[in-house]
Amino acid sequence: MVQYERARLDASFAALSDNTRRGVLEQLGRADASITDLAQKFAMTLTGMKKHVGVLEQAGLVTTQKVGRVRTCKLGPRRLDEETAWIERYRQLWASRFDELDDVVQELKQELKQKEIVDGRKKSQ
Amino acid sequence: MDARNHSEPARAKNPTKAERKSDRELVVTRTFNAPARIVFAAWTKPELFQRWWVPKSCGISLLSCELDARTGGKYRLVFGTGASKQMEFFGRYIEVTPHARLVWTNDEGDEDGAVTTVTFEEKGDQTLLVMHDLYPSKEALEAAIASGSTDHTPETLDQLDEVLVTLLASDRPS
Repeated sequence: MVQYERARLDASFAALSDNTRRGVLEQLGRADASITDLAQKFAMTLTGMKKHVGVLEQAGLVTTQKVGRVRTCKLGPRRLDEETAWIERYRQLWASRFDELDDVVQELKQELKQKEIVDGRKKSQ
Repeated sequence: MDARNHSEPARAKNPTKAERKSDRELVVTRTFNAPARIVFAAWTKPELFQRWWVPKSCGISLLSCELDARTGGKYRLVFGTGASKQMEFFGRYIEVTPHARLVWTNDEGDEDGAVTTVTFEEKGDQTLLVMHDLYPSKEALEAAIASGSTDHTPETLDQLDEVLVTLLASDRPS
């Protein structure tokens, strides 16, 4: 649940909350692209695309490099790390749940054993 | 009465594994040292379920828990996360095969919810539990990841800003 993760209120959320920016990430996942390419693909102005890329860059999701007059964008180092970290937190949540489930299960098992002993006694009597 | 708690040495817990199996799937596995029917009961009887579903460490309480664990039956969980804030999780059991398999929908987030399948496979004295979440699309799973959702909360990224605002608001000391 979201509330387990209050600490994660950081720039990557805002960066990912926009449809175009998600599209840009997906696009860059396939191939690096210049701001001009991206602006064309998403049918927007260069200025508009620069803003989006700026947000992604601040969040560490994209890195850019200017060579001559062309600014090339590629996926930043953050994306995979974020996912790995998330999976680990997800695992930890389930591990703590399952540890408690384990206690419940062991208790039930004990109760069942007791019951079987009692039933067994009754039968043999 | 409860002498076994003192005489039994502390058991090492079995490990929990979690991985992303594909663009749309998350899988969590864990082995329990008990027969499948016992583990299954803990997933389907509300009075047992509510004892473990919310880990004590997370500061949330399960206010109500209705599980009609029959094929076609519904479930609804209500959590309290502070003085006034409540969250509901609900859906429907698509399949309930006693001691073997549970499949349910996660409907609280409209159409982007995952379908959860839990299988209970008895192996000797143990039960291998596999929990499998299948999201309707890669985007839906990624949205769940990006929103920090760890409990089938299919918050789409478009809803995220709203959620964050609510969270920030509810995070004020009460």
